[in-house]
Amino acid sequence: MSAPQMVMYEEEFNQIQTIVDRLVRDANSKVVFIIDKNGQLIAAAGDTEHLDTTSLASLTAGNIAATGGMAKLLRENEFNTQYHEGEKANIHIQLVGNRVILVVIFDNKTSLGLVRLRVKKASEELNGIFESLVRKIQDPDRETPFAEITDDDIDNLFND
Amino acid sequence: MSFINYLSREINCKIVYYGPGLCGKTTNLQYIYQKTNPEAKGKMISLATETERTLFFDFLPLALGEIRGFKTRFHLYTVPGQVFYDASRKLILKGVDGVVFCADSQIARAEANIESLENLHTNLAEQGYSLEKLPYVVQYNKRDMPGIAPVEELRALLNPRNVPDFEAVATTGIGVFETLKSVAKLVLTELRRGGG
Repeated sequence: MSAPQMVMYEEEFNQIQTIVDRLVRDANSKVVFIIDKNGQLIAAAGDTEHLDTTSLASLTAGNIAATGGMAKLLRENEFNTQYHEGEKANIHIQLVGNRVILVVIFDNKTSLGLVRLRVKKASEELNGIFESLVRKIQDPDRETPFAEITDDDIDNLFND
Repeated sequence: MSFINYLSREINCKIVYYGPGLCGKTTNLQYIYQKTNPEAKGKMISLATETERTLFFDFLPLALGEIRGFKTRFHLYTVPGQVFYDASRKLILKGVDGVVFCADSQIARAEANIESLENLHTNLAEQGYSLEKLPYVVQYNKRDMPGIAPVEELRALLNPRNVPDFEAVATTGIGVFETLKSVAKLVLTELRRGGG
């Protein structure tokens, strides 16, 4: 049996998007994105046009997984925060509720202190949203559109 | 763990290529990358050593088309095959939706194949998965090499449950897409059953 699905609905997505949009402004950052621990991009805000967010999401998840592995060896639960400082760009990575990863990319127009402060508040809000989302996903009566997929639907996908 | 986004109408799934060192996992992904239309693929990322051995993982995002109005996206990962990178291998398996076991057909690599397959069972079990319940296919790679074992022999050793299996030469692409399509189909079928 594989792990439970992550599902995103419009209602929760809009709530999440509001938070990441606000975080870009409040922290004076360039880009904010949220990914799940498997590297799937959930939401993004800011100047993402010239950014390969899919690759960034996968690498961030790999990074968090590797750091989590190190934590385990040190008998720590997790390292919840990571910060990488570059010459022009800096990345702040925050694990939220041990479920999703909040990434903030910023330059010297803001400060690490401000980013940290705003991330803390956003994390608390995001945690609440994801907790309610998980409850919704675990509802046994939840409808899935895929129950009606036929073999033909799947085969058609692979017809060249 | 698949990710279903109702808003963007996307299904995202994770497929992991597993197998012993130098069996051709990265070569599978490279071939897929080369032969896929630019609009259907993202950038391929390889975290490799200076000698081009996989250090952490290779990653290739692929879009396969639409199913019932949902775009299907597959994230393909390889693990580092070398024995001493076991801690990294475990991490890549997190949230996996489907597994390809890539075997090296050369007789000299028989033991490495078995060891890697046992390692796959162990590492999946640690995460609470079981290979028996996951979408899973086997690829016998390097069929063009001298000193290879007959497929029947490899099957008896590595595929006792008789899951879908494919002969391949990943360098020239033989069997590469057949393997990918087969595991992707199994993943979508599992999704229909409500798993994944």
